Amino acid sequence: MSLTEQVLPRLEPVPPVDPSTAGARADGDGGADVRPRPPRRTRPTLARLARQPGLLLAWTVLALVALAAAVPELFTDHDPLRPVGPRLTAPDSEFLFGTDNLGRDLFTRVVYGTAESVQAVVVAVLVGLVVGSLLGLLAGYLGGWVDDVLMRVVDVLLAVPALLISLAFITALGFGTVNIAIAVGIGNVASFARVMRAEVLRIRGSAFVEAATFAGIGRLRLLARHILPHTAGPVLVLATLELGLALLSVSALSFLGFGAPPPAPEWGSLVAGGRDYLAAAWWMASIPGFVIAATVLSANRIARSVNRHQVSAF
Amino acid sequence: MITYAFRRLGHALLVLWATFTATFFLLYVLPGDAALSKAGVGGDGATLSPAELARVRADLGLDQPVVGQYATALLHALRGDFGTSTQTGAPALSMYVEAVPETLKLAGAALLLGLVAGTGWALLAAWTRWRLLRQALLALPAVGVSIPTFWIGLLLIQVVSFRWQLLPAIGNDGVRSLVLPALVLAVPTAAMSAQILSRSLEATLHAPYVETARARGASRSRVLLRHALRNSVLPVVTALGMTAGHLVGGSVIMETVFSRSGVGAITVRAVNVQDTPVVLVAVVFAAVVFVGVNLLVDLLYPVIDPRIQLRTARRTGLLRAGVAT
Repeated sequence: MSLTEQVLPRLEPVPPVDPSTAGARADGDGGADVRPRPPRRTRPTLARLARQPGLLLAWTVLALVALAAAVPELFTDHDPLRPVGPRLTAPDSEFLFGTDNLGRDLFTRVVYGTAESVQAVVVAVLVGLVVGSLLGLLAGYLGGWVDDVLMRVVDVLLAVPALLISLAFITALGFGTVNIAIAVGIGNVASFARVMRAEVLRIRGSAFVEAATFAGIGRLRLLARHILPHTAGPVLVLATLELGLALLSVSALSFLGFGAPPPAPEWGSLVAGGRDYLAAAWWMASIPGFVIAATVLSANRIARSVNRHQVSAF
Repeated sequence: MITYAFRRLGHALLVLWATFTATFFLLYVLPGDAALSKAGVGGDGATLSPAELARVRADLGLDQPVVGQYATALLHALRGDFGTSTQTGAPALSMYVEAVPETLKLAGAALLLGLVAGTGWALLAAWTRWRLLRQALLALPAVGVSIPTFWIGLLLIQVVSFRWQLLPAIGNDGVRSLVLPALVLAVPTAAMSAQILSRSLEATLHAPYVETARARGASRSRVLLRHALRNSVLPVVTALGMTAGHLVGGSVIMETVFSRSGVGAITVRAVNVQDTPVVLVAVVFAAVVFVGVNLLVDLLYPVIDPRIQLRTARRTGLLRAGVAT
């Protein structure tokens, strides 16, 4: 929630950008060229990426993570659950990330654990997005006592730290990756609900909604066809911001041992598994942890760039 | 002033009641059976006869309808009785409260460390003139909030405790064992307050009165420390409630990483064995911390910033704190 809280204020005051100035900014201003540039909205994204090595790296990391989640076989021939070498081998050319206390290849386990972790993150963000948007939509559109009640619910969700909300849900639902994902998603509902409600309130007052109302369009259709599409931008930007945070929460819960049961690899539980071998095998906890950190950083870096380019992107 | 305070207090109590209610219903519609899990813990895996099970159920009040259970639980909770822990049989509240001091030490140290480091960092970034360094200083806090704290903790244990043998890796004895966990727990707090303060400083440094101070010949440090800082610090104060919430959540992870005792450790153990009364206490306690800090901050606004009248404090303060939108 921290990052969201910080970036949210920036969502609102984005002024409508004149395409020509937007182009100039993306070109890296300060050129001698003072002629008014023709608006170039469809400038190649790759060229822009090449000028931002950090962003390029972030996209590369996320692409690799997505690939590992989809086809783990591509990266390794080993079995993630079976010993393939001597125990506790330090990382070398054969075992890139070393082996664990049972002789299983850590790289293979990280690669195969990707799918589970990525799935959990996607589910978590989707739960937050769908439930939160629905609450925000209803609160903003219906107003009155519905708004009051729903916003008190949001108050409660904000008053309890996300991790404790998740823990309460895990107590109720039981362990497992999907349950972790749902629990994290519920913890994110509040921020989505608030953004959605603010957007609906903003759009509900605009002239075209009034016109549509006078044209005799039903309330549901008005909501679905005229209001909802206009709220998509900020809500989707928030969703990209939540991706990194969701991975942090999911892996923290999995680290605490509430994820998939032991033999199955999962990023957070791999770190937890290395905890008992901190002195003997530094790689067991450090490397999976590094993978988590790199992925979160990449996701946040991309989210920030999306947030910045929001106006031109949507 | 008095009416304002009462209205805020009313809202705070409403949120607490709603937290209790929501958590109660969440935990008591769960698929597991509290009677069974209690019997399982107490009876060492031995199966109970249906009659005994029914007796355990009646003891726990589980044979009552849910609404009745809720009413009883709420009345008892108001008197400070949250039921007994299903794992130890001790009263859940006192079991939890006994662990509070340890966590308070950890969270308090982390809060202090985080606020000081965050403020220093933001000031340093604002002070730096070399553009490249300045941008690096401004960018780093974003990294600080992206790195899993449990990972930083484990890395520090490896290096500081095992390789250099400087500080104990685990446990609760004394100040030395507090250093590492507090340091790690302070990282997100520092990063967050540095980000908030940086943004607020940015705005303040462009204010006309800062220009005036500069024109009158005040040195850079004087402008920054005497004129800009005081006016920029309000958003950080506003975020204190949220920060406190993060610290409660973060201490759960830190106490696991560093094998410390405290409320975090108790919470994790309670979740592990579905000890619902203790989980309920943990959630309500976290809400009390958040609501309490926010209430305090709201009431302190006019003291910190005399420009804020209470009527406006209600609006700006609450909106920014995210309590009532």
